[in-house]
Amino acid sequence: MKIGIKIMPREVILDSQGRAVEQSMKMNGFSEVQDCRIGKYVEMNLSLEDKEAAKLQVEKMLKEGGLYNPLIEKFEIQLM
Amino acid sequence: MALKVGITRFLGTNCDEDIRKWVLSKNHQAEYLWYEDRFDVNSYDMVILPGGFSHGDYLRCGALAAHTPLMKSVKEFAEKGKPVLGICNGFQILCEAGLLPGALLRNDSLRFKDELTTLTFKNTNNPFSKNAKTDQKIVLPIAHGEGHFYADSENLKKITDNQQVWLTYDQNPNGSLLNIAGVLNAQKNVCGLMPHPERALHTWMGSTDGEFFL
Repeated sequence: MKIGIKIMPREVILDSQGRAVEQSMKMNGFSEVQDCRIGKYVEMNLSLEDKEAAKLQVEKMLKEGGLYNPLIEKFEIQLM
Repeated sequence: MALKVGITRFLGTNCDEDIRKWVLSKNHQAEYLWYEDRFDVNSYDMVILPGGFSHGDYLRCGALAAHTPLMKSVKEFAEKGKPVLGICNGFQILCEAGLLPGALLRNDSLRFKDELTTLTFKNTNNPFSKNAKTDQKIVLPIAHGEGHFYADSENLKKITDNQQVWLTYDQNPNGSLLNIAGVLNAQKNVCGLMPHPERALHTWMGSTDGEFFL
């Protein structure tokens, strides 16, 4: 089954990349942009059918496999 | 006394040869350690993690290297209290492996910084500042895009209280909290810094202050 993982910088982290994109958008006339944060999205295909089992494995990858860094990031698992 | 020094090699390590020459110039023995292999922790006296762009800097700088078989042995080695030094990407790997506190984020300017910096030794009670004095100022080059040291306020307090701040920048080039350029683990045997001491060993390099480290 396919699984998605959204990884974002935690709010306390000053996201310089997001800030640079925000400034660029404003410069291009998109003055409605108030805040922009940039993270990453990981898509995985797992040889598992059970959604709960897949979620458990992905949580293990996040925590033990180094897929995210809890000091600076937060994650959200999206089952598809 | 000649030491046997292990030098880690991941995919994309690129300061390994400089480190080897530096180690040999001190009449120590140097051996490369391959990222897919484990090693016998009793066979080495010191481990150095050179800089570079290990595993393409994919996911996060140092993250993929931190989760290799080699790093399991490095952890075991560090737990024995033996000296471990991480330079630049080596520092990032040690943080990702949990051997050093904190994380290294993108420079606040978003620019890759490549310049000589003035640093201050804050703690010399560790295996890689033998020739230095506390509050001594030195000049070393930096070359990194992600050297902005970050830890939450609770950990930052721990690092400060426990005298784990090793080196600070006199002029902060990357947004590092508390101007931190190098940190130590609680036991002070694992040391990581963003500047490159191995690139400051001859007058023509702009500084010879790398000599304070080994």
